[in-house]
Amino acid sequence: MRSLIDIRDLTPEEIDSLVATANDIIANPGAYSEKCRGKKLATLFFEPSTRTRLSFEAAMYELGGNVLGFSEAQSSSAAKGESVADTARTVSCYADIIAMRHPKEGAPLVAAMHASVPVINAGDGGHNHPTQTLADLLTIQREKGGFENLTVGFCGDLKFGRTVHSLIAAMSRYPGLKVVLVSPEELKLPSYVKNDVLKKNGIPYVQTTDLESVIGELDILYMTRVQRERFFSEEEYLRLKDSYILTPEKLKNARADLSIMHPLPRVNEISTAIDDDPRACYFKQVLNGKYMRMALIMMLLGVKA
Amino acid sequence: MNIDSIQNGIVIDHIPAGKGMELYGLLNLETLDCQVAIIKNALSRKMGRKDIIKIDAAIDVDLDLLGYTAPGATINIIRDGVLAEKKTPDLPETLTGVLRCKNPRCISCTEQELPQIFRLADREKRIYRCFYCEAKA
Repeated sequence: MRSLIDIRDLTPEEIDSLVATANDIIANPGAYSEKCRGKKLATLFFEPSTRTRLSFEAAMYELGGNVLGFSEAQSSSAAKGESVADTARTVSCYADIIAMRHPKEGAPLVAAMHASVPVINAGDGGHNHPTQTLADLLTIQREKGGFENLTVGFCGDLKFGRTVHSLIAAMSRYPGLKVVLVSPEELKLPSYVKNDVLKKNGIPYVQTTDLESVIGELDILYMTRVQRERFFSEEEYLRLKDSYILTPEKLKNARADLSIMHPLPRVNEISTAIDDDPRACYFKQVLNGKYMRMALIMMLLGVKA
Repeated sequence: MNIDSIQNGIVIDHIPAGKGMELYGLLNLETLDCQVAIIKNALSRKMGRKDIIKIDAAIDVDLDLLGYTAPGATINIIRDGVLAEKKTPDLPETLTGVLRCKNPRCISCTEQELPQIFRLADREKRIYRCFYCEAKA
């Protein structure tokens, strides 16, 4: 029995297979509408989420399955002090697969150790969010035709952004990757990601604070939110935040085939004036996330495409 | 003191000087009824100074804990008065129940009876990471 806790749990071949299934779902949605008939997905969301929970639920309904669960810890037995291990054992009696979001890092791993059904990590604190990475990967594949020989720019909060760390880890397994890291000094990519992923795999990377000077080199620009709470000085935050608002002016030197991505939610780091630009892919990412979750649910349930 | 003086027991040699008392506590040697000797700051050609622990009983020593706390230490197992076996534990791949995760957001801080497990992430730099949240030890 397989679970998905970390994007590194999947081999590049398995990711290719999930991408192929997701693309087939997009092309032939009707062929998948009964694939999970009679199966139940439990969505155990111990902290609020709009996008991820609805995406999992929509994915299961579109496969013909059913959904049960809760969307906040207060309405679960966790409020009575039940352990994650016991919750996982109990829910295994009711559902065929579990999607869990939990504020404690490592909670979905503990659930997977005790559940008798597959567990999908739907986000554990600032640690992992592998299905967001799957959504990102499908978007890259559909926009660029593959994962090889790409120059990917990451901009914003590269220190605390779990989606950035996971996507760098996933992309590092494909040849020809070049990484451009654009962030304020205070929010640079942590050295353990640089050492364990980029340097270890011999991936060339540059670090800069100036987006406009590098934007012309990029195949993909992955924007993230600069988080106010990370700064000691409000003045410093405002200065830095404003420097990373992507506007049509800043895109002047960008390539015509650039893909602009963002894991969302967005605050103001991408001007709404860009939403209609054909290079904007962030709402496609949301849709792609649902298709990849459909492919993943099928894979973990052993349902053939 | 001589190794030969033990008939059936263990000599932990080449403990970095100053680590002997810490190991005594971590290995729970105070709970033993047999004779236990700690030799501090013994002269060593290799190490300059070293600590030695002699245990006059054939007990199971936690090699993982020893490998982590006193890398380079050797375990000499004495049977019938002679050196029967010599082990040099290396840094273990997994440490269970030795370290506690310091990340307050880690599930191991709140989940009942969850063992504290750490995995070796970088042997050269001796870096261990929490099995659950991957925080550095």
